[in-house]
Amino acid sequence: MWAVDPRRSASAKFADVWLGIDVGTDIALAHGVAREIIAAGLVNREFVDRATTGFDEFADYVDEWTLERTEEVTGVPAAAIREMAHAYATAPTAQILWTLGITEHHTGVDNVLSLCNLALLTGHVGRWGSGLCPLRGQNNVQGGGDMGALPNKLPGFQDVEDDAARAKFEAAWGTSIPAANGWNLTQMFEAMGRDELKALWVIGENPVDSEADANHARALMERLDVMVVQDVFMTRTAEMADVVLPAALGWAESDGTVTNSERRVQRTRAAVPPPGQARQEIDIVAALAEHMGATDWGRPTAEELWDELRPLSPMHTGMSWARIEEEGGIQWPCPEEEHPGSPFLHGRLWENPVGGRPAPFSCIPWQPPVDELSEEFPLRLTTGRALDSYNTGVQTDKYNSPIRTGEALDMSAADASALGVEAGERVQVSSRRGSIEMTVAIDATLQKGLAFTTFHFPELADVNKLTSDAHDPKAGTAEFKAAAIRVDKLETLVDA
Amino acid sequence: MNDVPVAAPRPLVELTIDGQTVRVSEGSTILDACRQEGINTPTLCWAENLTPVNVCRVCVVEVENSRVLVPSCARQAEDGMVVSTDSERVRTSRRMVYELLASSVELDRASAEVKDWMVHYGADPSRMGDKAEIATVAQPPKVQDDLYVRDYERCILCYKCVEACGEDAQHTFAIATAGRGFGAHISTEFDVSLPDSACVYCGNCIGVCPTGALVFKTEHDMREEGTWDEEAQHVSTTVCTFCGVGCNLELHVQDERIVKVTSPADHSVTHGHLCIKGRFGWRHAQPDG
Repeated sequence: MWAVDPRRSASAKFADVWLGIDVGTDIALAHGVAREIIAAGLVNREFVDRATTGFDEFADYVDEWTLERTEEVTGVPAAAIREMAHAYATAPTAQILWTLGITEHHTGVDNVLSLCNLALLTGHVGRWGSGLCPLRGQNNVQGGGDMGALPNKLPGFQDVEDDAARAKFEAAWGTSIPAANGWNLTQMFEAMGRDELKALWVIGENPVDSEADANHARALMERLDVMVVQDVFMTRTAEMADVVLPAALGWAESDGTVTNSERRVQRTRAAVPPPGQARQEIDIVAALAEHMGATDWGRPTAEELWDELRPLSPMHTGMSWARIEEEGGIQWPCPEEEHPGSPFLHGRLWENPVGGRPAPFSCIPWQPPVDELSEEFPLRLTTGRALDSYNTGVQTDKYNSPIRTGEALDMSAADASALGVEAGERVQVSSRRGSIEMTVAIDATLQKGLAFTTFHFPELADVNKLTSDAHDPKAGTAEFKAAAIRVDKLETLVDA
Repeated sequence: MNDVPVAAPRPLVELTIDGQTVRVSEGSTILDACRQEGINTPTLCWAENLTPVNVCRVCVVEVENSRVLVPSCARQAEDGMVVSTDSERVRTSRRMVYELLASSVELDRASAEVKDWMVHYGADPSRMGDKAEIATVAQPPKVQDDLYVRDYERCILCYKCVEACGEDAQHTFAIATAGRGFGAHISTEFDVSLPDSACVYCGNCIGVCPTGALVFKTEHDMREEGTWDEEAQHVSTTVCTFCGVGCNLELHVQDERIVKVTSPADHSVTHGHLCIKGRFGWRHAQPDG
């Protein structure tokens, strides 16, 4: 196991080798690994020739990423890059798994494509034990996308702008569907700024605390004519709302399904009744629809909604409610009742001849993070999660974890000593977007120039007032992982 | 329950258990063979998601031409083996094990199965002497935090917690056995407090403890108050909310409140193991925590 992470995380400690990469240099490292695999003659030629396109162009494109240049950009020693490249290319099976450290960058989509290049070079895709896997941070990130909770997709990843797909759903639902893609989250905030988006219905999200550049996000939400928040708790977003719809917990108070990182659809079941006036989310949506004039919805059960989905979404068609119950979950695609489900995707690339379109290599430029380090903002801040806590802390602040360390700015010993600050000291942390007070903690495993914090305690430290809303143009994901900050001693500020 | 087969089926071996001919696939244990045949066999230190450590000896059986009784949970079935699971020697040995354990350890919160087996073998721990006068592991429970309690007067040193903390599940290695002989006990490194140890509070040790030595704080408190009532509880299986792995949670509910969380050992996603959030992060489901 190899861990690539700017920090020596718990997973990095567990790994056989840790590569302490500089924040925002993932594409450079992937290109360096690709070039080494090519230069060392470790390319899976048979797979590349048969199942991919654009290899020659790609090989030329990454040729400048010698081990030396990659070391210079990424901070990872050339020998370690070489060793990882060889280990990956020669392993019988190998997987690349990633989390938000790859995707929460302004080049998030390109970061992923650069990893896909490595799987294509080596044939580590489309077969048992090999592949690429984004590890999801919530129990139904995958399922939300599967169900069409994306601005450009209908359920089953069918394109909104595909007339035939839309016609199928329109016929089933007896209504018309707007023919153009909607806005992603970042575009919605931009539309609030232009006063084009005037009403917002927020379901189970706490953007006041979770959005990058939180001051800006809050100012945009204040422009709305109306905001409705549907949540299980009175979050700080709910406090801003005109109407709050109390909802039942998805995992303990509701029946339904969620889909995990390996595309396994599993049942959630109500164990306890929701408190007070809280209602099932399906009920809330159906009741609102009724007020909007949809009189034929009734109050469908989770199973009835699932059965509505199955004929419309081919990848779910074979998953009967009874099968999901009996088999403890089924991995999509599962097109027929007799289909066992799919433990991995892209097996078509190993068919002879290749089933469908060959997989293209991507020639991608490496670009550093948008928020540049400067004399004024010399430290790189990256944000993340702690084992015992979850996102903005709305759920996890309700239990007392003995291993919770609380709000803190983790700094390297070298940076702390250069600034003359000590563990436990309150300091002012500033970025180009805002300033907050935080408590210093020293993390001996952090490299000089790197600082880290979680955002689990927004009421103690509004970390997202610091983060950058520079975002990926394709996914709209903000660059939470790379802010430029400065740290000032409070007394220095008072003296000045 | 939903594993994908990746290896060729294994050849069968044929053995005799209690006079019946039994065929099991190569690599199966005698215990597997017994269960396949519906021969009920007691276990304490065995669990389907842990590697056998052969310490409790309640699953011992007699194997022809074997000088000593063998632990059925670990010994592989072999072609031609002749096994007795209910001989006088086996019954005596199992009874003695229960008597020795129960004379020094408090087993009143062990599973109903343990109590049933003790009755079955006629185990009488009192013949080892009056508990007030003989050596026992009696001690006050260690209550350090709101998540779980270590009540070591109920510990039979089955090692399951050590295995779950170590290489069978969590790879945290926060606990091991310390001391020797009757003084042997489960300890963190240098007996430091749990938060100061390597412990990550996954609670996988609680998940495997057979005697109630490691329990949720909720269960401990309710038992002390006399409100713990398993008859009045129902269990509902759902999926943890806190990440994309998809661990299954069994929510144990009493009076419309979650009182503890377990995970099914036979589920392919995590084989019964959880992290701190999955096992203990459910307090937000009750209005008053």
